[in-house]
Amino acid sequence: MRSGLSRTDIQGRIKELVEGLFINIPSGVGSHRKDLKLNREEERRVLKKGAKWAIEKGFGSAEDLEHIEEHGCIEGANPDRVSEKAMERGRAQLGTLGSGNHFVEAGYVAEVFDEAIARTLGLYKDQVTIIIHTGSRGLGHQVCDDYIRVMMNATRKHQIELPDPQLCCAPVSSSEGKEYLEAMACAANFAFTNRQMITHWVRETFEQVFQKSQKDLRLDLIYDVCHNIAKIETHTVNGKKKKLCVHRKGATRAFPPHHPDIPSDYQSIGQPVLIPGDMGRCSYVLVGTERAMEETFGSTCHGAGRVMSRHQAIKAAKGRAIARELEDKGIVVKGASQGTLVEEISDAYKDVNDVVDVVHHAGISRKVVKLVPMGVIKG
Amino acid sequence: MKRYEILDHTADIGIIVHGENLKALFENAGKAFFHLITDLRKVRGRIERQIHIGGESLDRLMVDWLSELLYLHDVEHLLFKSFKVESLGESGLKAIVKGELYEEGVHAIKTEVKAVTYHQIQVKRENRGWRAQIILDL
Repeated sequence: MRSGLSRTDIQGRIKELVEGLFINIPSGVGSHRKDLKLNREEERRVLKKGAKWAIEKGFGSAEDLEHIEEHGCIEGANPDRVSEKAMERGRAQLGTLGSGNHFVEAGYVAEVFDEAIARTLGLYKDQVTIIIHTGSRGLGHQVCDDYIRVMMNATRKHQIELPDPQLCCAPVSSSEGKEYLEAMACAANFAFTNRQMITHWVRETFEQVFQKSQKDLRLDLIYDVCHNIAKIETHTVNGKKKKLCVHRKGATRAFPPHHPDIPSDYQSIGQPVLIPGDMGRCSYVLVGTERAMEETFGSTCHGAGRVMSRHQAIKAAKGRAIARELEDKGIVVKGASQGTLVEEISDAYKDVNDVVDVVHHAGISRKVVKLVPMGVIKG
Repeated sequence: MKRYEILDHTADIGIIVHGENLKALFENAGKAFFHLITDLRKVRGRIERQIHIGGESLDRLMVDWLSELLYLHDVEHLLFKSFKVESLGESGLKAIVKGELYEEGVHAIKTEVKAVTYHQIQVKRENRGWRAQIILDL
């Protein structure tokens, strides 16, 4: 999200802002909004409608949908393909951030690489931005667990040899494949809804802390995109147009300018690509390119990736006051679980600057701005 | 014999569990799993749950057993500390687990586990009993 605020507007209020975000956005075990009640029928509507459900319930505005991949709803979602267990895990966790590398971050535009594209995205130097990183929570994991069982049988049935059981799979056109895609769409729609609700609570928090209305704050959604999903898309293979199932795992979509699936106001620049780094360094906004379409089925990287295991990170952080180190850099961090902060230290990740330079020079996406964090909440 | 140890893995985390017999192996796996999530010394055995799962193979049974515990943790916010496997065989696994509701301020959450995976899964006999390796998605 972009905002109408500049770095200096929030500098002295970061602690308050982080506290506010932490209260308004549930993130720890068992935490949920007391004002949110979801029954089974309502949850089925979430799975079918995606972010549109959230808009109908008052979480954000219809304009937000224009800036979400697939308008926040993947077609073909069939809640009958989602188990009761997955539904239960979903009900307990809709509207929650979750832990691990999930976060909400307020930061500012530290560097502009492409003025013209940045202008089209409404971005300029020192402007305050917000990044939200979360997904389908326990519902998605349960859908995965459930279908791994289905796929293990399918792998046997279709006589597919695999080096690792976790790679179990089935042909896209098989009944197992089709059913899975219907369930996966439900999980994706849950994730779109989850992010839309958190987007709304971010706006509310800014309104509370700065005592300003959304009209003044102008917290507009730049883009919302998945980074772990299979999509049915048309690509050119050996000169012929083909319908493919593109699975982006640890990757994100990076469609070029003039692609029909990107918002009308971004037609001339390409799809915004969001690459979050670790909480102590920075994040990037890029745009998709024609080259990505030719070479990587319209995809690019989605993050920096770890270089240290969690155990190594804990060892590296031993005796260090991580929160204090970050505060000295001007970054306020609050996490729900004890371990997250140490496990997610900068040293545990590749330097996102290097990673982004690689994809930029490879031409599969193009750098637009660099964002530096000021306040972060983690699950 | 060490009952369990943590396996280092760049993106995720693994547990290696030992047991003198299969029942002990599954019980120790439950313990290792919740040891990762919380400080078990703070958990009391006030709530009891019966678990019954069917499974075709030991690998599958192990993943399903931990997934079931994760499900109860996720949905009912329970933390378990004691695990008693009553039967384990062709017809699956029956166990009684004890623990309590997560309480803010009392229990610290060390790690939130997203899922139990089949990646590099191993449940096998070793010299003096059984050994299992399970990778968890965090």
